[in-house]
Amino acid sequence: MKCVVLGATKGIGRGVARLMAERGDSLFLLGRNPSDLAATAKDLEARSGSGGTVGTAACDLLDSSTFETALDQAEKHLGHVDAILVTAGLFATQDDLEQDASLRDRLMHANFCGTIGFCEAAKDRLLAKGGGRLCVLSSVAGERGRKPIVIYGATKAGLTAYLNGLDARHHENGLRVIVVKPGFVRTTMTEGLKEPPFSADVEPVAKSILKAIDKEQAEVYVPGIWRFVMTAVRALPRGFMRKAKF
Amino acid sequence: MSVRELVGWGRFPRVMAEERVSEDLAAATHEVNLTRGLGRSYGDSSLPGRAGDVVARTTAADRILFFDEKNGILRAEAGFSLQELVRVFLPRGWFTPVSPGTQFVTLGGMVASDIHGKNHHVAGCFGEHVRALKMRVPDGRILEVTEESEPDLFRATIGGMGLTGHILEVEFQLEAVPSPWIWGESERVANLEELLDKQSAASEEWPFTVSWVDTVARGRGLGRGIVMKGRWATSDEAPQGPPKIGRSFSVPFDFPSWALAPWSMRIFNHLYFWKHLPRRKRGIVHPQKFFYPLDIVQHWNRVYGSRGFVQYQCVLPQGTPRSVHHRFFEALSQGEVGSFLSVVKDCGEEGKGLLSFPKAGVSVALDIPMRGRATQELVDTLNEIVVDAGGRIYLAKDSLTRENHFRAMETRLPMFAEVRNAWDPELRLMSAQSARLFGDRETEAGS
Ligand SMILES: Cc1cc2nc3c(=O)[nH]c(=O)nc-3n(C[C@H](O)[C@H](O)[C@H](O)COP(=O)(O)OP(=O)(O)OC[C@H]3O[C@@H](n4cnc5c(N)ncnc54)[C@H](O)[C@@H]3O)c2cc1C
Ligand SMILES: NC(=O)c1ccc[n+]([C@@H]2O[C@H](COP(=O)([O-])OP(=O)(O)OC[C@H]3O[C@@H](n4cnc5c(N)ncnc54)[C@H](OP(=O)(O)O)[C@@H]3O)[C@@H](O)[C@H]2O)c1
Repeated sequence: MKCVVLGATKGIGRGVARLMAERGDSLFLLGRNPSDLAATAKDLEARSGSGGTVGTAACDLLDSSTFETALDQAEKHLGHVDAILVTAGLFATQDDLEQDASLRDRLMHANFCGTIGFCEAAKDRLLAKGGGRLCVLSSVAGERGRKPIVIYGATKAGLTAYLNGLDARHHENGLRVIVVKPGFVRTTMTEGLKEPPFSADVEPVAKSILKAIDKEQAEVYVPGIWRFVMTAVRALPRGFMRKAKF
Repeated sequence: MSVRELVGWGRFPRVMAEERVSEDLAAATHEVNLTRGLGRSYGDSSLPGRAGDVVARTTAADRILFFDEKNGILRAEAGFSLQELVRVFLPRGWFTPVSPGTQFVTLGGMVASDIHGKNHHVAGCFGEHVRALKMRVPDGRILEVTEESEPDLFRATIGGMGLTGHILEVEFQLEAVPSPWIWGESERVANLEELLDKQSAASEEWPFTVSWVDTVARGRGLGRGIVMKGRWATSDEAPQGPPKIGRSFSVPFDFPSWALAPWSMRIFNHLYFWKHLPRRKRGIVHPQKFFYPLDIVQHWNRVYGSRGFVQYQCVLPQGTPRSVHHRFFEALSQGEVGSFLSVVKDCGEEGKGLLSFPKAGVSVALDIPMRGRATQELVDTLNEIVVDAGGRIYLAKDSLTRENHFRAMETRLPMFAEVRNAWDPELRLMSAQSARLFGDRETEAGS
């Protein structure tokens, strides 16, 4: 598979990119820090051992002018693109987002406007070549408005709605949208937060995501238990959510 | 960034401190007082020394930076784990030149403890194979450190337990292996005498040797055990295809303390001994089973209950009379607390690290449940034997040695202190262990 990854420098994206490199996929990385991208590319090249190079290009979710050039470079390097994976995203606690208006703007912009803007560009490229896979990380946080994730959850809810619409609109044209909804995953994004039940490490989560891409699953919860947890959480009465801490 | 309870693998002692984790290790180590890896050192060497001290954890900084496929030279960030190394490179014909008994360690931890393995008698410690380090030194600068560029700092950092600076990157030489499988042989031996003889004879011929000792047996059976030896299988001997990386299972909760009573220790040691029913066994062994038998059970340290346990490892130098070895094992089998798993290994020559543990002689490693005073007394008794014999203990395993014993056995300490003082006169870097053993507290109070 030939795959473009936005967000491979850290966390879940790093994990999925490693699995891809180790099984011989061709990769092209997008991100905002060139030297960090270069080091990540080296790591993936060494793991793959195929002798192939992993290309990189600058792309910042907060700067939509970078999207088209980044994807141009990716297409030039890979030739045909089979899949585009977006794991880039921002998280901040509700307390921090309430206190810091500029952080709030950045998070809302990156997770919603930026990600959707990037997906629009990505989708056009894939459709122009007859289709392909677009895998994007949303979150279980977008399934129900809750006290600790009011704003972050709203960005993910909006993103999920967008991705569902995209699937409805372009499935017949060959676009395969894969929405990933992780629960709590131990990465530096969640470092220091209190771990809820069913917390997971990157590796098994990355494996499930790769499987979802391979099998073109439209929606996947990782770990899978979250599908049932969120079904229950969605059914909880409003009065309960006002009292609950989670 | 978060304040949490930090522990070593023995889960004793426990310290509340702020721990920083980042993919950007240079940023994470800025103005912190100690760096730790996967916390597989047993005692207090990876724990902060003073209230308010901050530690960095390297595990998110785990990228391979450079790999020379032809010559087997690897450079990676300090949080790169041995588990990853084995998974990625063993199928490609490369292995770590020196391996500890668990793969859940980081490169930074392997350098800082200058770890030794079953091949110490031929390969020396890990530090012998390190070509360069990138470090954040205590004054904040980031330097490329080699034996040529900064010989003192290089030698003090190898085995220096994180006290000379934060290791950011490690470049070292991998070992080329003819196949990813091990050819192993093991033999049941009836007593200590036979064990020590067979072990040193085995080391004449085999690159990997180690012995398990039944420390519960007394009298004529004192020191009975199993001598294990191995070498990489040739490609003709090896099975088709690479070894499968096995699934591990986890100990889900702390065992209650009665589970570690002397009777269970006796049963365990008995079973282990007699499981080896034929006197001699030989054949192809899975590399992970050979090098990392304990890794199959994740969190096996919970078996020791919430009070935790201590490891104790010492080396009795070459030429130590056999009567001293006997005294050592008798003290162990007669004490109120015993050792569940006990491992004996002959060490080769001392390495280049200023505080590296091994020196020519016999090393003994013990797992002892933490039972307060009784455990402390046992460690004291063993340390007195070690001091008399001119041996020393392994800092990566220690949590109970007394400062006077440590000073008596560690004659190289002044040399190390001099280098440390040159690079960190204010002792910005400190661990709970150095506060306990190196006299850091006095210096701190005096400065
Ligand atoms: C089951 C088991 C078997 C073992 N077998 C062996 C064996 O056969 N031989 C052997 O030698 N050891 C053995 N050990 C001990 C282990 O190899 C060492 O304790 C090793 O240092 C642990 O690595 P770590 O990454 O967990 O480091 P930690 O335990 O987190 O830290 C250990 C020390 O290294 C320092 N350190 C870690 N990373 C850095 C860094 N980046 N920069 C500066 N300092 C750093 C810490 O400050 C601390 O002093 C064993 C341990 C276990 C649990
Ligand atoms: N971890 C969890 O528990 C969890 C749970 C549910 C959903 N998720 C979602 O899963 C995704 C990945 O999470 P993670 O835990 O892997 O996060 P992470 O470790 O913080 O990684 C985030 C990645 O996003 C990139 N990024 C951030 N802002 C960017 C920007 N403006 N432009 C380009 N790239 C940017 C980062 O690049 P830099 O290296 O440049 O910073 C990094 O590679 C996110 O969308 C997150 O919301 C995570």
